[in-house]
Amino acid sequence: MQADVKQRAIALLKEGTADRVLGWKAGEFFYDLTPAVFETSEEVERDFVWSPFSAPNLSKYLIGETRKPGKIAAFLKPCDTYSFQQLRKEHRIDREKVYVVAVQCGGMCDIEKIKALAKAPTAIREEGDMLVVSTLYGEKRLPRQDVLAERCLSCKSTKMAYYDELLGDDGEDKGDGRFEGVRRLEAMTPEERYQFWRGELSRCIRCNACRNVCPACSCEKCVFDNPTSGVENKAAANSFEENMFHIIRAFHVAGRCTDCGECSRVCPQHIPLHLLNRKLISDMNELYGPYQAGADLETRPPMTDFRYDDPEPSVVARRGGAQE
Amino acid sequence: MKKIAKSNLPELLAAMAARGKVYCPQPDGAGGSKFAPWTPGTPVAQGCNTRLGPKGLFFPQTEELVRFRVSGKELEIREAELREEPFVVFGVRACDCRALEILDRVFLSEPVDGFYKDRRDHGVVVTLACSQPEETCFCGTFGIDLTNPQGDVTAWEAEDCLWFRANTEKGRELLERLPLEDGEDAAVERAREEAREIAGRLPLHGLTTKGFERGRMLELFRRPEWAGLSESCLGCGTCTFVCPTCQCYDVKEFDNGREVCRFRCWDSCMYSDFTLMSAGQPRPTQKERFRQRFMHKLQYFPDNNEGIYGCVGCGRCLRQCPIHMNIVKVMKTLGGGEDA
Repeated sequence: MQADVKQRAIALLKEGTADRVLGWKAGEFFYDLTPAVFETSEEVERDFVWSPFSAPNLSKYLIGETRKPGKIAAFLKPCDTYSFQQLRKEHRIDREKVYVVAVQCGGMCDIEKIKALAKAPTAIREEGDMLVVSTLYGEKRLPRQDVLAERCLSCKSTKMAYYDELLGDDGEDKGDGRFEGVRRLEAMTPEERYQFWRGELSRCIRCNACRNVCPACSCEKCVFDNPTSGVENKAAANSFEENMFHIIRAFHVAGRCTDCGECSRVCPQHIPLHLLNRKLISDMNELYGPYQAGADLETRPPMTDFRYDDPEPSVVARRGGAQE
Repeated sequence: MKKIAKSNLPELLAAMAARGKVYCPQPDGAGGSKFAPWTPGTPVAQGCNTRLGPKGLFFPQTEELVRFRVSGKELEIREAELREEPFVVFGVRACDCRALEILDRVFLSEPVDGFYKDRRDHGVVVTLACSQPEETCFCGTFGIDLTNPQGDVTAWEAEDCLWFRANTEKGRELLERLPLEDGEDAAVERAREEAREIAGRLPLHGLTTKGFERGRMLELFRRPEWAGLSESCLGCGTCTFVCPTCQCYDVKEFDNGREVCRFRCWDSCMYSDFTLMSAGQPRPTQKERFRQRFMHKLQYFPDNNEGIYGCVGCGRCLRQCPIHMNIVKVMKTLGGGEDA
């Protein structure tokens, strides 16, 4: 697939379908790929990498890229295509300036999981379902399944939400398996759940990586960055405030979050932030019917839609109060 | 040299803890490790670098400065007091120890930062030499010997024992009250030799500071490559917060309606309101913010500090940047690259 992807990128530049290519650039190691814009076929030839480490979701970069002159070819994984569609739906991307090449994906590897099992990795090769990792301290053989990224183990779908061109086969919906983590949290007592989140969120250093990477967080100026907003803060003044930041963010993106999992991937403190979003997705599915953000351009998101038969999921309702 | 069997580590830490807290690397519950107060029974994390360095023990992410409370016509002002609590940090790596020396240059020069000085005066730093560096380590680039860290006391792991050497008066006082025995240091020399051999074949072993010498500031500042390097930067604060030498802070207030708490907190040059002035933002796009960070490490800081670079090669930004852009890529793009 690496060769196919590269070949297509070069062809798109040469035939003039695109002026620029958005992809992943080789780094110092086999795993540290950086999102990059390639302008020449030589650059693509030298640095473009499609591998199990092409993890960054490139969709959000298209907000800025489509404001520039010319057309850009974007290489998107299945989950990235949902972010792309959602951004189109929100009129954040100028679709006419993008040529989407969707690339089927076998799941991305988590380098932190690899490092936990094979310290100081320097090279990797695939042998069927096994990864052979060379390290400074010898060679390790790891089953690929053991080092897949958490979000790929609970992948929602390998079916593309959109493409102008598809590399590989289109995939399929993976069902509700992704909600297992949410079910485990729901099975806890409120006190256990509270302690779980207090523990996880206590590691937060307010670096804003989750927010900045999130395709649903596309405000030009975040209220938390605006010194005149009255709520701006570079660090939490107390631990409860820190916890609230993430909960507020999850509510803000509810109905728009496509569950791409970037928030958890980028968290330098390894907080499972996707579980907050997934809980809201699960609740919305239950209350308003199944809905997948970014699956299409037409349906109204549950949080901005109103129907007379909408349930009223308030505490009052559950107590058999006014709405019943 | 003094030594103790590794199996007696809990006894050693207990003795260290006799006069105050002992901070050491502990599992953080998410696959990494962090410096946390040791209590009997808690495991000490193995491995190399903690996710966040020991910076926060001396320069916490948030630190209260003063509280104001208004009741009726009375204004009560409560200034934060110095803690003056003795403590020990055990297991500081060579890179992180150098990072403290860099922070010293900032916080202990005039005007001296009282809070930082209080913690430096009352903290004893026990370093631990590296035996198995990570592939992302490049402390050697900045002249740091990972087999011979400094600090108040240096410790080595060799042949089932921990070995100690005091470097300062504070360190000698600490060692005197620990249950150690005398030993020959041949085992330590062998361990150091092994670690040096590994250091010699680290992937970033050949990285040099060539191209970042004094006198190149404007030339580097104007280089066109900054645009490409910063192109996909998310503008998050990860690199600055995990960096053991980043020292910028902001002063903020939190008003809960009854009381105002003024505190300082880590700031990040990657943020859009970093050093915001009444006239506006001096670094309007991510390119300028990104450039600021690396120019500070590789030019502004050494220019003001006898050529000492503001990076220690710990590799945390390599490991934790969400898009894997980092100082090594910057140095290779703008500098003289690697030695052949």
